[in-house]
Amino acid sequence: MRRVTGCEARANKPPMSTKPQSLLKKHLLKKVWDAHTVCELPSGQTQLFIGLHLIHEVTSPQAFAMLRERKLGVRFPKRTFATVDHIIPTDSQIRPFQDVLAEAMMVELEKNCREHGITLFDPASGQQGVVHVIGPELGLTHPGMTIACGDSHTSTHGAFGAVAFGIGTSQVRDVLATGCLAMEPLKVRRIAIDGKLGRGVYAKDAILAVIRRLGVKGGVGFAYEYAGSTIEAMSMEERMTVCNMSIEGGARVGYVNPDETTFEYLRGRRYAPQGEAFERARAWWQSMASDAGASYDDEFALDAKAIAPSVTWGINPEQNLGIDEKLPSPQDVADEARASIEEALAYMQFKPGQSIEGTPINVAFIGSCTNGRISDLREAAAVAKHGKVASGIRTFVVPGSRAVAEQAEKEGLPEIFRAAGFTWREPGCSMCLAMNPDQLVGDEICASSSNRNFKGRQGSPTGRTLLMSPAMVAAAAIRGKVTDVREILG
Amino acid sequence: MSNSKIERVQGRACVLHGNDIDTDRIIPARFMKVVTFDGLGEHAFADDRKQAKGDHPLDREAFQGAQILIVGKNFGCGSSREHAPQALMRWGFHAFVGESFAEIFAGNCAALGVPLLVLSHADNTRLMDSVEADPAQQVTLDVARATLRYRDGEIQGKIAPGMQRQLLDGSWDGVAVLQTAGAAIEKTANALPYASNYAK
Repeated sequence: MRRVTGCEARANKPPMSTKPQSLLKKHLLKKVWDAHTVCELPSGQTQLFIGLHLIHEVTSPQAFAMLRERKLGVRFPKRTFATVDHIIPTDSQIRPFQDVLAEAMMVELEKNCREHGITLFDPASGQQGVVHVIGPELGLTHPGMTIACGDSHTSTHGAFGAVAFGIGTSQVRDVLATGCLAMEPLKVRRIAIDGKLGRGVYAKDAILAVIRRLGVKGGVGFAYEYAGSTIEAMSMEERMTVCNMSIEGGARVGYVNPDETTFEYLRGRRYAPQGEAFERARAWWQSMASDAGASYDDEFALDAKAIAPSVTWGINPEQNLGIDEKLPSPQDVADEARASIEEALAYMQFKPGQSIEGTPINVAFIGSCTNGRISDLREAAAVAKHGKVASGIRTFVVPGSRAVAEQAEKEGLPEIFRAAGFTWREPGCSMCLAMNPDQLVGDEICASSSNRNFKGRQGSPTGRTLLMSPAMVAAAAIRGKVTDVREILG
Repeated sequence: MSNSKIERVQGRACVLHGNDIDTDRIIPARFMKVVTFDGLGEHAFADDRKQAKGDHPLDREAFQGAQILIVGKNFGCGSSREHAPQALMRWGFHAFVGESFAEIFAGNCAALGVPLLVLSHADNTRLMDSVEADPAQQVTLDVARATLRYRDGEIQGKIAPGMQRQLLDGSWDGVAVLQTAGAAIEKTANALPYASNYAK
C-alpha cells in the first residue's frame, strides 16, 4: 500500500491538458495554472497556490472549527478577506439581527476573523456587500490571480482574467490552513460572441443564450474563456455578469482575457497597485492574457444578433427562451429530454406551447452577485422611470454592496425606484437564495435578476423563479407580467 | 495525519431518479443557518420529501439503511455548499453512483472520502431497475477496480483518477497532503508579482 505523501513525492509535471499544446502559445488558464503550481501531487492533481481567499458567514464557520480541532492557524491571513452577505437582512442591518440564527453566524464570523487576523468588511466598515461585488470594487481581484471562495459564483472574478472558482467547506479549511488546493486539471472551451447586442439585450441575455445552447452540464470539466467582439465591448460589470453564471452552465471557471477595460477599472481602487507599481502590474496582467493562436480543447461561436431578451421558463437556467418564443412541448423532444420538460412544466404550472411573454408575476427582485451592480441599477431605473409598479406586486431592489448603494444615492436612483413604487433595500444576497427574511410565499412567481431558478430556490418550496435581466425585471414589475423591455424603452 | 483508506463501500442501495438535481434541493438554504454540520442529515431533500408525502426514495421503507445512492446525470449541480454531501452522508450514504456529477459537488465528496462512481446510461438504468426490483440486494463498490457488483453481475465504471488515488492511499484529507509541500508554498507565493503588490 502507498504511503500517504504529498508534494515531495513527484517532481515531474504531467501535461495539464490531454491535447498537445504549442510550447509558445498558451491560453490564460495555462499561464495562471503554471504560475500558481506548487507541485504535482501523487494523486495526479495539482497543488495550486490560491492568491485570494474570500470568505463569508455561511460556508466558513465549520472550516474554522476544523482548524481549531487540529490546532492549525491561517497560513495567509493577509490574502484572506471576509464579508457578510448571505444571511444579512436587507430591511434593517442594526445589530443584533432579529433572526437569532443569522446573528449567531455573524458573531461566529466576527470571532473567527478577529482570532486569525482576517480583514472583515462588515456593515460598520462601510464596505460590506455581496462577496463577488466587493472583491472587484475594492480592487482585490486582479488579473492572473487564483481566487477561491466557498461560493459557486466565485467564477464572477474571472471577468478580470483571474482563475476563480467555488469550493466547499473542507476546501475552505484547506485554503485557510495551507493557502493551497488540490485541483483536477481543467480543459478550456473558447466561447466567441461576436457582433453588437440589440437594444434591450444585456450581458445577462448573452450568458443565458450560451447556457441554453451548451446546457447546464456542458461545461463540466471545462473553464470557459469568453471572447469575441461582443465580450471585448462589454464593461467590467457586464463581463462579471457573464462570468458569474459560468457555473450555471456547469463550468466551475469562466474568464475574460484582461485588456484596457480591465486595467482602467482597477486603476485607483483601494487594493489595486498605485503609481509605478500599477504600470508594472499592468505589464504582468497583459502578459497573462491568452496568446493569439493558443489551442483550445473546444470552441463555440455565437452571433450577438441572435440573442433576444431572455427569460427562463423552467427549473434550471438552461430552460430559457427569447421573449417572443413559446414554451417547448414534451412530445417534440427525445425521450431523455422529455422527462425534464415535463417535470419543469409541472412545477411551474405552465402549459406546453404557451408564450412566456404575458406570464403574470407576483414579486420582482433586482439584485444579486449576477446583477446587483451600479450599471444594473441604472438600467432598471431607466425602465422604472416609465411607469409605476403594478398593483399587488412585491418588489425588492437590493444593491450589491454599500458602495453600490452610495453611488446609486449620488445618482438619485433610489428616488426613481421609490417614485415608481419599488422598495429600496440594504445590500446583501437577499432573495437570490432567500437565507434572510426576503422570501417567496407559496407558489408566487418572481421575476428575478439572480442566477438560479431551481425548485424552492427563493425560499418557498413551491416558489417559481423567472430569471431575466434587471431591465426586464423592472418591465415585468411595471406591467405586472413578463414584458418585452423593448416596448417600454421605445 | 492521514485518513483511513477507502477501498470499498458495501450495503444496500437507494434509487433516486432525475437529472440535474441541484444542491438547493439536496439541502434547502434555510437549513444552512448553522455553524456546524451536525443534524443536517434529517433535512436532506427536505422539500422534495415533504411534497412526495412519504413516497420519496429516502422515505421508502425498502430503501431505509441504504449506503449507496444511485442518481442520474449532473447530480449536485448549482451551489457549492458542502452542506449537500454532508447532509447525505449524515443520512447514511457513503458512496454515489450515477451518470455524471457536478464538479464542485465531486470536489466536496473527494474531500469527505465519499467515492463517486460514474456509469454509462445503459448500465446505470439496468442497475436502477435491478435495485428497484430487489432493494434488499447487496451492492459493492470497489474503488481500486472502479466496479460495482450487484445481484445481476458486475459493472465497470469510472472514478476520477485523482479521487481514486486519494481514497485508496487515504490521502483525501486535503490539509495533510497539502502541508507536506512545506516552504515550497511560500516560495511559489513569493514568486508571484502580486505577492509584493508589484513592488519589483
